[in-house]
Amino acid sequence: MIKNIFKPFHNNLNLFLPIKVKELSLQINNNFFFDKLSFSIDNNLISSFIGPNGAGKTSCIKLLTGLIKPQSGEIIFSKKKNYPTLIGYVPQKIILLRRSVEENLSHALSLSNYPVKKRKKRIKEILKFSKLNNLANMSARNLSIGQQQLLSIMRSLINRPNFLFLDEPCANLDLQTTIVIENILKKVSKSGVKIIIVTHDLFQAKRLADEILFFYNGKILEQTKSNIFFNKPKSKEAKRFQKGILI
Amino acid sequence: MIEFIDIFANSFNLIFSLNTDLLEIIFLSLKISFFSLFFSCMFSLPLGALLAVTKFTGRKLLIIFFNSMMGLPPVFVGLVLYIILSISGPLGYLELLYTPTAMIIAQFCLITPIIVSLTRQILEQMSEEYDELLISLNAKAKDRISTILWDSRYSLLTCVLAGLGRSLSEVGAIIIVGGNIAHATRVMTTTIALETSRGNLEIAVSLGFILIFISITINMLAYILQELAEKYSYD
Repeated sequence: MIKNIFKPFHNNLNLFLPIKVKELSLQINNNFFFDKLSFSIDNNLISSFIGPNGAGKTSCIKLLTGLIKPQSGEIIFSKKKNYPTLIGYVPQKIILLRRSVEENLSHALSLSNYPVKKRKKRIKEILKFSKLNNLANMSARNLSIGQQQLLSIMRSLINRPNFLFLDEPCANLDLQTTIVIENILKKVSKSGVKIIIVTHDLFQAKRLADEILFFYNGKILEQTKSNIFFNKPKSKEAKRFQKGILI
Repeated sequence: MIEFIDIFANSFNLIFSLNTDLLEIIFLSLKISFFSLFFSCMFSLPLGALLAVTKFTGRKLLIIFFNSMMGLPPVFVGLVLYIILSISGPLGYLELLYTPTAMIIAQFCLITPIIVSLTRQILEQMSEEYDELLISLNAKAKDRISTILWDSRYSLLTCVLAGLGRSLSEVGAIIIVGGNIAHATRVMTTTIALETSRGNLEIAVSLGFILIFISITINMLAYILQELAEKYSYD
């Protein structure tokens, strides 16, 4: 086993925490979807955004990754504002370049200005870890869905980010592959990478998350430790959501 | 009917006799078409990509402009260039009128809107697919453009071929700015027009066949290339 394979470039995660979201407003079709949303995440564990469809989980993670811009408000990642923050993102829909497995990884490295001399070694260790080394020259798009998602996650981690955001990473996967990916995410978290995962799957949230942020209608109704949320949810919406009642 | 058969027989004789005048015309046609295609690709592919990938003020106007210019009448392009390049025109001092360079410029003007518009359409679809990934990988605009250009290189071959087809078959603009001067600016299409009007149908038909042969050969090569690309591509 390769040691510290996911250890971030800037090893001290505390330099980037807490993530502060201040009065964030997002307008969709002239209506405020997020109206002055504020929250803060200060732990270096796994946080999970859960909630019903259309609650704002994906929009929130896209705001955090900079994929969409808010109308107002700010997101602060670092105490030292000019300190570079590396973010890895795994989108809901698997997006792979029309290239080989190896080229998908190498392109991510070249875009992130990873030291040229270390690139080959880095690709080799990632391929070895993910057991994709025998498929390195194969078209990424010809992999199985599970392998594609694994590659997508590996690509988001290849440049050693401090944060990893995942949007429903196991949505279309079988239980076996889901468990493989969850185990990888646990290892990643232990390496010092802050993980925020959006999931519909309450069981996955229970297995993985240390902290839950429950989204409902563009608001965060609960932000608490995982065991507290699942044992004693405060809001009636969270109780109904856990019981599987449409809310 | 016999006269009709004679014309075709004589035209084939002309083709296989490897007449030097004929060869000169063919090589000049190919030279002008490939140069105009090359310069147009250098300009159109990045511009099409820029229109597909980035959002800026006036982008939609530019898209409408290039889409409209796809059907630009060649004789009008020829006329405008004639005015600009003639001795009394703003670029008259360059003395480009009735030279192959003027013909390359005319063909550049005609094929650029086609390549820009088709490139934008192809790359816009690719951009929609790749955007989330490339932004999350911190790709700058130039990196996004180069990535989608590279990954759609086989589809872009179709745009380039459309441009080549247009430039090879073009006659209206190049006859005005080239003047159809023997051993200087005479190309296949302008020779066909001239010789038909003179009644020398053998030469016109032989050049017509050669033009079709070149067009089929290029398309065949492109088809083979595309087949091979699909076989070995990572799509």
